Amino acid sequence: MANNVILEVERLSIAFGGVHAVNEVSLAVPAGMVFSIIGPNGAGKTTLFNVISGIYVPQLGCVRLAGEEVTGLSPDRLARRGLSRTFQNLQLFSRMTALENVMVGRHRHESTGILSELLHLPSVSRQNRLTRDAALSALARVGLANDAEQPAGSLAYGALKRLEIARALASEPKLLLLDEPAAGCNPVETRGLEEVIRSIVAEGVTVVLVEHDMRLVMNVSDRIHVLASGRSLAEGTAAEIQSNLAVMEAYLGVDHSRERARAVG
Amino acid sequence: MIVRLPVRYRLAPVAVVAALVVVLPQFFPSAYYYRVGALVFILALAAVGLNLLMGFAGQVSLGHAGFVGIGAYAVAVGPTHLGLPPWLSIVAGAVLSVCVAGAVGRPILRLKGHYLAVATLGFGLLIAIVLTNESAWTGGPDGMSVSRLTLFGWRVSGSVTWYWVAAATLLIGMVLAFNLIDSPTGRALRAIHDSDVAARVLGVDVAYKKLAIFVVSAVYASVAGSYLALFNGHVTPDIAGFLRSVELVAMVVLGGMGSIVGSFVGAAVLVVLPQTFTALHDYEHVALGLAIMAFMIFVRQGIVPAVVRWRTT
Amino acid sequence: MAEFLQFFFSGLTVGSVYALVALGFTLIYNASDVINFAQGEFVMLGGMVTVFLALAGIPLPLAALMAVMAAVAVGLALHRLAIEPARGAGVVNLIIITIGASIFLRGIAQLVFDKRFHSLPPLFGADPIRIGGAAILPQSLVVLAGAAIIVLLLWFFIDRTLTGKAVIATAANRLAARLVGIDTRRIVGLSFAVSAAIGAVAGILITPLTLTSYDVGTLLALKGFAAAMLGGIGSAPGAVLGGLILGMLEAFSAGYLSSAYKDAVAFVVILCVLFALPQGLLGSAKIERV
Repeated sequence: MANNVILEVERLSIAFGGVHAVNEVSLAVPAGMVFSIIGPNGAGKTTLFNVISGIYVPQLGCVRLAGEEVTGLSPDRLARRGLSRTFQNLQLFSRMTALENVMVGRHRHESTGILSELLHLPSVSRQNRLTRDAALSALARVGLANDAEQPAGSLAYGALKRLEIARALASEPKLLLLDEPAAGCNPVETRGLEEVIRSIVAEGVTVVLVEHDMRLVMNVSDRIHVLASGRSLAEGTAAEIQSNLAVMEAYLGVDHSRERARAVG
Repeated sequence: MIVRLPVRYRLAPVAVVAALVVVLPQFFPSAYYYRVGALVFILALAAVGLNLLMGFAGQVSLGHAGFVGIGAYAVAVGPTHLGLPPWLSIVAGAVLSVCVAGAVGRPILRLKGHYLAVATLGFGLLIAIVLTNESAWTGGPDGMSVSRLTLFGWRVSGSVTWYWVAAATLLIGMVLAFNLIDSPTGRALRAIHDSDVAARVLGVDVAYKKLAIFVVSAVYASVAGSYLALFNGHVTPDIAGFLRSVELVAMVVLGGMGSIVGSFVGAAVLVVLPQTFTALHDYEHVALGLAIMAFMIFVRQGIVPAVVRWRTT
Repeated sequence: MAEFLQFFFSGLTVGSVYALVALGFTLIYNASDVINFAQGEFVMLGGMVTVFLALAGIPLPLAALMAVMAAVAVGLALHRLAIEPARGAGVVNLIIITIGASIFLRGIAQLVFDKRFHSLPPLFGADPIRIGGAAILPQSLVVLAGAAIIVLLLWFFIDRTLTGKAVIATAANRLAARLVGIDTRRIVGLSFAVSAAIGAVAGILITPLTLTSYDVGTLLALKGFAAAMLGGIGSAPGAVLGGLILGMLEAFSAGYLSSAYKDAVAFVVILCVLFALPQGLLGSAKIERV
């Protein structure tokens, strides 16, 4: 397992109006593991993702990808450096088929120019075929091979979440950010998700996961970072986090967490 | 809604239109019909280009007649003031359109929704105003005459000749459009239409792609404008006016945004209908306005997608 | 100096009309997110209907009142027949619908009226008043005063009446407004009606100065929209400010630079605003939530 740090966030801060959505958050993600970010609602998890993936520009702090400073770079330039992500609220191309959605994921590996595309030169046909094949295998990995020609808008919610993952995978990222992939999924789907995440990591891709489903998080994470109200609260292994009083307080409130601490012993 | 056919039959719609083009003249009682046909093909060419921008890439341009105007005046000004042969002027017009589109496209396409609509509208109107005012070059509000096109000594004039020339160009334009749709850039543009941010996150350089399609659609409009001027033998500034831009948008929308064949249908409807009601010429605006409103309210997706949906349910 | 004052006043006058058109845009946009390209047609109707009713023998004040009512009727019809049925259509579709409506109304005007230019008698005579060497027509002052009164009335209505509050609520959050019992459809209809009335009054006031014809609506709408964008689309004070500034820019550039390109000023302004300051002078920037 590689020891180098693939993602580093240092004292990152961003505020909207007067609200400090992310307040001096620092973390370091070693390559090849599943790193989860958890925290109660409003903790700033998705905002953090949005900053890391270039959608928002932070006011303070920096982001480093594989050692290189990438703070403030646009999402497409980050994508070209091997970053990919899914969205909490799904950002699918609903007018395209499932297959076409994933084919767009191959974009950074496609190299045809607009003139050759207008003329449909053989290089374009070849590229289309390669893209199609790669997209089909990405779909197969998440179990959606049979739905390839369905319009994305017609698929079930759980399938849509998997479709987004397939699309992100198709870009062959080094670092994959998953934003609440289990939200709205039933236990069977969540189990399937676990498998997919493990298979992704087995290929050497680092996964950073934002999740509310604690069972999934505890089962699959190598390391967990807790955010609350925009600040880092704790970081450690699943066992360490589960018995951390401050974390319990953040989620359950002070009184309930004391009860739980008593119950756990 | 984008009407898709299986990949193998990708160019089938072009074949259908080609067949139509060849068969129709059998039924033409007079040369007048060739004229109407030529006009439909020329305007359809501009509409197809605009459809790539609006229906596929999801942008909007209420000023596309500006590029039609550039192409039209290029073939007027080129021979008259610069001594260029008309065929070279067509190319010059297209090149000028590429430059103008490239220059204004970047800042304009950063905008979205009604901001983009109004920016393009302003741009189109500015071109019309310049064409009206620079009378030394353009002949002012009364316009200028355009010399006929000669290709390798062969004089391109008359409705029949233009019917075939315009049809051939439209068919080529349609093939190019279908090619582009079924390519990485085509998929990227359709992706941008549905989710700008997701496309970005997957590595699509959204600004560049939008600019590229804007430039491509400008070339379509420019060539159409050149043909229009050469065909009519005369050009006036309102070829670039707001009403013309609206008509182009109406053709795209009526035919179906995202349907290349739809743009041909839309052009046909908007050219043929006023011609059939020449007695009702005064009602032109009333009819156009009503048609636009009715279609946008009731047949929102356009004629071709509506027909497809009706046939498949 | 006299020249400067001349341009200043003419800029202020035409700017007042732009301000009223812009105000109409803003009202409708705030209540319904629709950019109403038929706004200029309300101005046209105000002038043209008054002219033709007066020609038919109806006394001028009554003709003017009926013209405003006619515009309001058209505004309500536009809302009920063209905008409401298209609820949920995209931004572009709605813009195209209002453009279609504008073309339609112009076509009807062409048939019902005629294609010539018409005028109305000015309210206080045609003898210019001399101020600091500049010659100001009394009608200019009427336009300025009229615009000021309308702005004040509108402000009073929005700020001091319950219905006005309902308009603000609908503008802020349509769903929430409905949840507290506001009939948003009526509110949007009301905004169309008030916009139409404002436009019509502007048209009646300006006709003695700039004449009217079936065609004046388009350019006015575009310039009014430019003014609204300049001031910040969605901001009523911005609309007024934008209108006055645009009028001034037009007058001064026509006077000192080139009168041929007078109409271009508005569009250059639109482009500059959209590129440099999309939210306008008094508007607020929006953040996209992902």
